[in-house]
Amino acid sequence: MKPAPFAYHAPTKLQEALNLLAALAPQDGRILAGGQTLVPTMAFRMARPAHLIDINGIRELEGVNVNGGLLRIGACTRHVFFEFDEIPDRLGDLLRKVVRFIAHYPIRQRGTFCGSIANADPSSEWCCVTTALDGIIIAESAHGTRRIAAKDFYKALMTTALHDDELITAVELPVLSDDTRTGFCEFSRRAGDFAIAMALVTYRLEHGLIADAHVGLGGAEAVPRRIADAERVLNGQAPAPELFAAAGAVAAAAIDPIDDSSNPVEYRRALVRTLVGRALASAA
Amino acid sequence: MDKIDIVLDINAAAHEVSVEPRRTLADVIRDDCGLTGTHLGCEHGVCGACTVLVDGAPVRSCLMFAVQANGKKIRTVEGLQQGTVLHPLQEAFIAHHGLQCGFCTPGFLMLAVGLLEQKPHIDDEELLDVLSSNLCRCTGYENIVKAVKAAAAQMNIRK
Repeated sequence: MKPAPFAYHAPTKLQEALNLLAALAPQDGRILAGGQTLVPTMAFRMARPAHLIDINGIRELEGVNVNGGLLRIGACTRHVFFEFDEIPDRLGDLLRKVVRFIAHYPIRQRGTFCGSIANADPSSEWCCVTTALDGIIIAESAHGTRRIAAKDFYKALMTTALHDDELITAVELPVLSDDTRTGFCEFSRRAGDFAIAMALVTYRLEHGLIADAHVGLGGAEAVPRRIADAERVLNGQAPAPELFAAAGAVAAAAIDPIDDSSNPVEYRRALVRTLVGRALASAA
Repeated sequence: MDKIDIVLDINAAAHEVSVEPRRTLADVIRDDCGLTGTHLGCEHGVCGACTVLVDGAPVRSCLMFAVQANGKKIRTVEGLQQGTVLHPLQEAFIAHHGLQCGFCTPGFLMLAVGLLEQKPHIDDEELLDVLSSNLCRCTGYENIVKAVKAAAAQMNIRK
């Protein structure tokens, strides 16, 4: 239960970190951000990186700001920031609602938003949020910057489009209009445990009818995903319990669920049906 | 692997130590600084016995490397008592029987101290959620919750 030896690097400038990553990635060098997944993985010796590049001392990667309709979340922004800080409007309300589901309070003090995105656990709440809202992942390397749409970022279970020499320097989420309704619902067997499935929904009303519906799922499949079939069921219809149930049923049928020993495929489908319906019913 | 010289500021005392980067903050607090009040249960961030405050935030000291805490202000259970006067949370744990074997107690105390300093007026529902962060296997949660609620009331009166 003790991590294997590694060389420790603590750059204070982004460019320095990117140069270190370019040099050390081929030698099993990895980024250390919040460490709330990496360090236990190292304690179990499931990860034995030769080099760790600690980005916690890089001031350029701190902070959250809104610019041009986008909320930009810097790489060193910890989960707990979203509990306290007054990110305005509907997006802030949604992030405050979701953050309480992430692990436990002490883990949220260290773990980072962008670290969750890079780790790409299917049960990650922030991965679900970023996908459901069509966020953008900013990946930087010594060679340049890529802006990757969330829908193109997750490739397979805990596998992303990120190259070995790239660092996620920020994630951008679109600010939500004042009339956007949001709902989030997840299920896990113990408080703070990994979610077995979660649903995040947003929509607006135009003349009493649903418009611009987003239905995002996490935990259910190997990667987070918007479920277009369920969104089509909702758009143009008036909100009603029967409609929400129908959208849940369509989402449950549309997925290719993760199959694990304690949660068989049919169970996850049933959960998705229920969670989508509840998220829609709770959206306000 | 080469050792790195760091200074850990624990309970306002400077500890100059030379450590391998792979050593966790928890191990260095216990083995190099001799402060064994911080307990190690699971060593992978689940049980919360090793919870300490780093710059005011309650964190798992097994999920942080000691080199990362260089120059930061660390508080452990040994720093709660002022002279002969126990911290209100320590008093409340005694008064409400918030401990039995005591193994989880330092972690619960530091979790609760950090929480009540960050959120002095926390509601009951959120308090329960936060106290679910740490494991107590003497099944003492009811009394731990009572103790933290009592201490919160006490600490808010004193302000």
